[in-house]
This record gives sequence, structure tokens and C-alpha cells, in this order.
Amino acid sequence: MGKLFRKLVPAPQGAGTAGGVVGAERPGGLTTRIHDVLHSNATLGPLFVLLLAVVVFTVTADGFLEPANLSLIVQQVMVVGTLGIAQTLIILTAGIDLSVGAIMVLSSIVMAKLSADSGVPGLLALLIGFGVGTACGLVNGALVTRLRLPPFIVTLGTLNVFFALNLYYSKSETTRGVDMSDLLLWTGNTISVGDTKITYGSLIMLGMFAAAWWVLKNTAWGRHVYAVGDDAEAARLAGVRTDRVLLSVYIVAGLICAVAAWMLIGRIASASPQAGLNANLDSITAVVIGGTSLFGGRGLVIGTLFGALIVGVLRNGLTLAGTDVLWQDFAVGVLIIAAVAIDQWIRKVKA
Amino acid sequence: MTTDGVKPILEARGLVKRYGHVTALAGSDFDLRPGEILAVIGDNGAGKSSLIKCLSGAVVPDEGEILLDGNPIHMRTPIDARAYGIETVYQTLAVSPSLDIADNLFLGREPRAPGILGKVFRKLDRGKMRAEAKQQMSELGIMTIQDITQMVESLSGGQRQGVAVARAAAFGSKVIILDEPTAALGVKESAHVLELILRVRDSGIPVILISHNMPHVFEVADRIHIHRLGKRIDVVTPQTHTMNEVVAIMTGAAEPGAVGYDQVVKDAARRDPEHVAQTLKTTKEG
Repeated sequence: MGKLFRKLVPAPQGAGTAGGVVGAERPGGLTTRIHDVLHSNATLGPLFVLLLAVVVFTVTADGFLEPANLSLIVQQVMVVGTLGIAQTLIILTAGIDLSVGAIMVLSSIVMAKLSADSGVPGLLALLIGFGVGTACGLVNGALVTRLRLPPFIVTLGTLNVFFALNLYYSKSETTRGVDMSDLLLWTGNTISVGDTKITYGSLIMLGMFAAAWWVLKNTAWGRHVYAVGDDAEAARLAGVRTDRVLLSVYIVAGLICAVAAWMLIGRIASASPQAGLNANLDSITAVVIGGTSLFGGRGLVIGTLFGALIVGVLRNGLTLAGTDVLWQDFAVGVLIIAAVAIDQWIRKVKA
Repeated sequence: MTTDGVKPILEARGLVKRYGHVTALAGSDFDLRPGEILAVIGDNGAGKSSLIKCLSGAVVPDEGEILLDGNPIHMRTPIDARAYGIETVYQTLAVSPSLDIADNLFLGREPRAPGILGKVFRKLDRGKMRAEAKQQMSELGIMTIQDITQMVESLSGGQRQGVAVARAAAFGSKVIILDEPTAALGVKESAHVLELILRVRDSGIPVILISHNMPHVFEVADRIHIHRLGKRIDVVTPQTHTMNEVVAIMTGAAEPGAVGYDQVVKDAARRDPEHVAQTLKTTKEG
């Protein structure tokens, strides 16, 4: 009876603090301690994997650690990384956005065609492109908050709608970079630091990660994004206007996708209606590998940067090591499953 | 059911709420006095949750009026109620687990940092939030000081409830409503929460406690509002009535002619005949 009673009632906590003290005593096995560390710092896992991958490829792949190669990796993850910021915001609210790639492609085609075919000045074309991305986000957000449809279904639908609009407007034709305003291609320009060339797009991406991290951490809006993803009803009863938060998240995500469109044009020096077809799933991959939970409310946007870099490093390193492309996909697949399995484990809170 | 000339802080007169042809509230009265813990009890379906929803702004009554400090008020949403200083802690949906304690306390009304950082960049005033959270939590004796940045999900059920109550106490300037705060908790945790409720009362904020747990009600309540068939049927105190008597009133067994009435009287009379005689008298008067 005594034992049973002790099981039912929490162990007495820190002395001298009557009335429910925080910080229950925990048995300290190594697994438990790892669990606790990861639980409070979900980004440590991805960071560790990234460093491990860098070390492994430095040893096994010739030329991996060359500045030019590292710069190439960052350029390769630039677009997916940026989309990953948008995806992270939405997944933090316990949603998912399958349309980020389609929003990006549609925005890029609008920017490029306005500039190349319609003679609209570069800056105006860029801003209109941003407006298109934002409007796409607004459509997603309105469908999610007004019609109360699941984000998966909404964005599965708009993925097809936006992609079709993109094919219609572009007539399925690629717009060449030479026909557009230089401003649209600016993200592909580089500055040299020593021998290393860094594209402006990479810098914009890093700046956006920093901004997103700051906003999520330090503003009421950022806290509300977590609260809504955590438990929308609890947040609503606490006085958070949950629908407004959700709508704003989709709108911001749409805008970020349009910025990614600008980078996409710079990266491939053209605007192709077929570009970025796998970008939806790649962005989700980056978010998931980065330790953000698909169930919402948990994760850091910086983890998504690590996630995108892990995929980039893995693909680059395996290529340099002369491995068949199919094994790159294999490795990414294994990583996704491992990441989600670890997330499930981390989420468990001891009663 | 005398008013003793004490002016109630929160009052309701003749509240009626119908859902289709079901009448949940049939002209119910209510009054909460300054500085007291008023327990609201009632059988399932007695209409006590409708009553509480009216008082917390979650439901708008069809008829009747609600008065705060003697002035009629009209609430359409819980946010309206909050603006009047009426805070409600809901049974299950109390906190956001992945935010820390300070963030939870200020959720939905975060203070912004002074100057351009707060105005333009909308930066939170974390220092102020943490300091005030610390103060609030330690005033209520809920936790040691270094723990304020701990995520709420690492807390036990009782501690989470403590955070929710602290949030209500921090902002509820007039009234705090607690809906079954101990329903999901173990013995020891319940004791902590009850202690906390007493501290909130002692800090000067009156508390409405909805509970099914008679021992808990008898432990902390100053008065007990008994709800039956959509109305306030009686208000008693733990000093004048026993638990059995209260349950009897609540279930209708204490009404002359009801099944079990004789047994109720007989049981009680065996223990304390004088008390029973007194009780039956007051109940009839009420």
C-alpha cells in the first residue's frame, strides 16, 4: 500500500518551499539526461548531425572543405532554406504548407514576365511578385481560418491551382535571364571574401533566418505562433486571437516564398515554370530534420537552417565521394525517419 | 439565505438561459461577496456550468442581469469579462505547455519593451515579464525564484494549474472563477491548489470555485451556492451544514416528500438532533 501510494503521489520536492515547487526530482540515467537536454534544446541534435556530416566528408571526400565548395553548398540550399523559413512558421502552428513551391514558382514567373515581356521596371516587377506571393498566402490563410479546412487539404488544393496559374501565365515557357531587369538577377551576384564567392541570395537567406529567429523569440506574435500550435483552444481562452495569428502566418509565409522566388531567379539565371517542383517536400524535409515537430508548437527556425544544410552537405559530399545519386535520396529518406523518430521520443514528457 | 447587509461584488438576478426547448437556467440568482471563496455545486445538468459561463462571458443569458459592484454589465465574450477584471481558469485548457512560465502568465497581454525596440520592432519586455512573474509566483508561494524560465510542460499537473491560477490572480482584479481546478489532480497536488486558492482569497480577490469534490469544497469555501434545476436553491456554509446535508439539498433528497428524505433526516438526527432541527428550519425559510 505504501509503495502504491508513493507511486500515485508525486515525490516530495525541494525542501523549504511549501506549496508546489517546480522541478520534480528525476532519476538520472544517461538516456534520461540526453532526453532532458534534447527536450530543452531540440536543435542540438541537428547541429550534431551537421557537424558529424562535415567531419565525415572532410575525411572521405576530396575537396569538400574547399571554400568554393562550401559556398556552393550554401547556394544550393539557399532556395530550399528560405522556403524552409515559411514552412517552419506554418508547421509551428501545427499546419503544413504543400504550396510553398508553387507560390514561389508563380511569383518568379510573374516577376520575370512583367520585367522581360511587359517592360515593367525591375523594382516594380519585384514588388508585384512579392504581392502575388503574399496574396497566395492570404488565400491559404483565409481558407484555413474562415472555412476551417485542414491546412493539408487547403494547400494540396492551392498547390495545384497556383501551379496551373503559373503554367497558364508562362505558357509553359522559360523566361531567359538576359531579358529581365538586372535587379531580378541580383541575388545570384557574388561578393568575394578572399577566395570565397558568396552570393547576395545566401546573405539574404541568412539574414531572414536571423530575423525570423528574433521575431519568434522576442515578440508577442512569435510567442503566439507557438501557443497556437501548441494548443489553439488554450491560446484562445488566454486571449490570443488565434485566427488572426494563423492568417498572418500564412500571409508572411507567402511573402517569404516570393523572396525565395527572387533567389530562385538569381540562382538559375532564368524563370522556369518547371523549376522548384520538389521544393515543397524539400522544405518540409529541412524543417523536420531540423527538429521542428510536425505536431506544432515545438522547434526553432534555426534548426531548419541546419536541416537544409544537412541535406545540402549530404548530397554534395556523397557526390564528391562518387556515390550514385540514388543513394543520396536513400540517405535523406533515412534521415527524415530518424529525425521524426527522435522527435517522438523527445516529445514524451515524463508524468 | 440572508444577505447580512454585505454588498456583493458580483451579482446576478433572474438569469435565464434556454437552449432550444431545454431550459438550463430558470431565473437563477447569484451573489459573490468581497473576500470570500464561494463554492458553486450542483448535480450534473443542474445548470451550474451555464451559470458560470454567463458569469465568465462565454455565454450571453437570454434574460436577467449581471451586476459588478452594483452596476449592470454586459459581456459578450470572455475577453469582455476579462476587461471587467473577471478571470476564469478552465478545467483542462489552462496553459500552453511549450512556452515558459513567464510567457504563459502574460500570454495575450504581453508588455512591450520601451523605446524604439518595443514600438517599431515590437520587442517584448522580457525583463519586466520575468520580474513580475517571479513576484506573482512567489507571492502566491508557488515556486522558487530561479525557475521562471522553465517550460510549462516540464511541470506537474498541479504546478500547471498553479501557473493558470497565478495568471488569473495577476490580472483578475475583481473576481477569479476556477472551474474544477482539482478534478485532474492527485491528493497532494489538490492540497497545493486548495492552499493556493486560500492565498488568492487572502490577497483580497474573491474566488468562485466550481467543484464536484465535497471534501475540497468544505475545506476552503466560506459559503456554498447550491444549484438545482436551473436555480439557486440554497446558500449554506460549512459551519451550519454537514456534507451529507449539502448533498441531500443538492440532489433534492432534503425536500420534504422526496425519496430518501426521511432517511436523510433520520441519519442526521441520530448524530446531532439540534443541528438538524436548525438546518431544516433554515432550508425551509430559504
